[in-house]
Amino acid sequence: MVIFLMFSGLFATVAAQDKIVLGFSQVGAESEWRTANTESIKNAVANDPRIELKFSDAQQKQQNQIKAIRSFIAQGVDVISFSPVVQTGWTTVLEEAKAAGIPVVLTDRKVDSDESLYVTLVGSDFVEEGRKAGAWLAQAMNGQANIVELQGTVGSAPAIDRKAGFEQIIQHFPNLKIIRTQSGDFTRSKGKEVMESFLKAEGENIDALFSHNDDMAIGAIQAIEEYGLKPGEDIKIVSIDGVRGAFEAMIQGKLNCTVECNPLLGPQLVEIVKGVVDGKEFPKYIPVKENIYVQSQAKEVFSERKY
Amino acid sequence: MDSVKHKLIKFRNSKAFTPLLALIFLFIFNFFYIDGFFQIEIKDGRLFGYLIDILNRGAPLMIIAIGMTLVIATEGIDLSVGAVVAIAGAVAASLIGGEMQITPAGEIVYETVTTVPVAVLAALVVAAVFGMWNGFLVSSLKIPAIVATLILMVAGRGVAQLITKGQIITIYYEPYFVIGQGYLLGIPVAIFIVAAVLLIVGLLMRKTALGLFIESIGSNDVASRYIGIKEKQIKFIVYIFSAICAAIAGLIITSNVKAADANNAGLWMELDAILSVVMGGNSLQGGKFSIVSSVIGALVVQTLTTTVYAAGITPEVNLVIKGFVVLIIVILKSDIFKEKLNLLVQRGDRV
Repeated sequence: MVIFLMFSGLFATVAAQDKIVLGFSQVGAESEWRTANTESIKNAVANDPRIELKFSDAQQKQQNQIKAIRSFIAQGVDVISFSPVVQTGWTTVLEEAKAAGIPVVLTDRKVDSDESLYVTLVGSDFVEEGRKAGAWLAQAMNGQANIVELQGTVGSAPAIDRKAGFEQIIQHFPNLKIIRTQSGDFTRSKGKEVMESFLKAEGENIDALFSHNDDMAIGAIQAIEEYGLKPGEDIKIVSIDGVRGAFEAMIQGKLNCTVECNPLLGPQLVEIVKGVVDGKEFPKYIPVKENIYVQSQAKEVFSERKY
Repeated sequence: MDSVKHKLIKFRNSKAFTPLLALIFLFIFNFFYIDGFFQIEIKDGRLFGYLIDILNRGAPLMIIAIGMTLVIATEGIDLSVGAVVAIAGAVAASLIGGEMQITPAGEIVYETVTTVPVAVLAALVVAAVFGMWNGFLVSSLKIPAIVATLILMVAGRGVAQLITKGQIITIYYEPYFVIGQGYLLGIPVAIFIVAAVLLIVGLLMRKTALGLFIESIGSNDVASRYIGIKEKQIKFIVYIFSAICAAIAGLIITSNVKAADANNAGLWMELDAILSVVMGGNSLQGGKFSIVSSVIGALVVQTLTTTVYAAGITPEVNLVIKGFVVLIIVILKSDIFKEKLNLLVQRGDRV
């Protein structure tokens, strides 16, 4: 049995010799976004003849991820990549990878370890997403609007960064004012409830809504309709994520704009992995390519949306 | 004179006293700090205003609190209600189904699968089965309620996610929206549902011996068994009832936001429900209970939420303020505080 295993191991290494072996440790499958992220990476690798993927699911546990990375090191893969579950506690295992001479590419999330321990981080830039939303709104409202804001979960990175990015832009427009801001916990029901109270307090005073994610915007749209105003017309709405529901709302004319938070970073990761093996230099942070979609594009793009 | 005073003292010692006092204080605050808080207008034939919002948004919590009251009265607790909210919503939404499709001709069509009664009934039946599971663990296997229901609290959300396949299911079928956003005679349908549940349970508890049996079990279950009360069956039934209440709440919530979100529907609602029951002056040790007080407790919780939103308080301090108000209410209703208050009143009488 042991001999058989050794043989099959040997055989696998021989067969994969001319291929780049990428060991990838995923966080888990906690959301649609994450599932799309996994699919994108698997597909991108499958479509590239130069790379072979060893995939491991950590089921939201850091210890599983560390175990997976150690086994990648033992197997002698060419490149290790992972989405860290948490920010801290990676230094030891990253040092082991470095000692073994295996470059590491982080995806999607940061780690609190020394920059020299990994090649680069490829992921979403939440601040930039907030900036894009701010820029779109400033232009759509001609720099003049009373804005209400639905924040994400208090203290979460996307909520903090998206708010910061949005404010960086609108502070340049003295007539763009955030008149109310409150957390809607990233959910439809809270988004609706909070928007209801915004409408009771401010009513027709509200010109625009900035929502930290699409789901809260979808809830808010219902509140606006029940109040008797037209979402997308009486109140312009911009949100972030680019999920299917947002495109449905745009097709119905109820949402004006969604800024994509793109999980489909597979193709970019594949390019980076090849580059690393070919000895190219990379900056420590590479933003994912993220688009911004407005109503007129919605119908056309809808069928292509994967999540 | 004496009889009026006697009634006042009786009222002060009743369970409804503290939550009502808290509600009145919140209303007074809102009267001064929130414009048009008491204003109710008629808009498109519907009543419209903060007070209506509180009743409407508070409906799911009020219903869950009713079920929770009965469980707590038997000296139990049901931590799984939030998860059952998610399961019921997921069952109903996935049965009604719904997907927006664009035909090759560019038309937008919505797909639905079953009718409303089928979906509603299925959700209630599924919830009842989960209630039986809780009831079985507590009454037959004698597992402490906090542990028994914790199992479903954790696993239930997973079940809901399995049903929805981890996606948020959007509902497009118009008739289903009546439950959570419909209006009857200008009043939200959800409020009628609360009234109906309250009426049915109230009659069952006060016009039959069931209420007395529940109180008896909560006070002393061994003694109750000896005098011939079917302790096991009644405990079994209250957990089923609690789960059905949670399912009704789940239907209202999914209908209201037109979607079933397995991750977030009913999240932490069990805690709000327990809080409502406790603020309603009901003891966690079981025994005498008041459903009306729990409902008022639920209204206090919802009024607090609405107040925080309407007053424009920054989100970072939301929970701190809520916690502070709850602290004050709990202190007000503590026995030691009541004793001090009574002493003070008596002293006043002597002077």
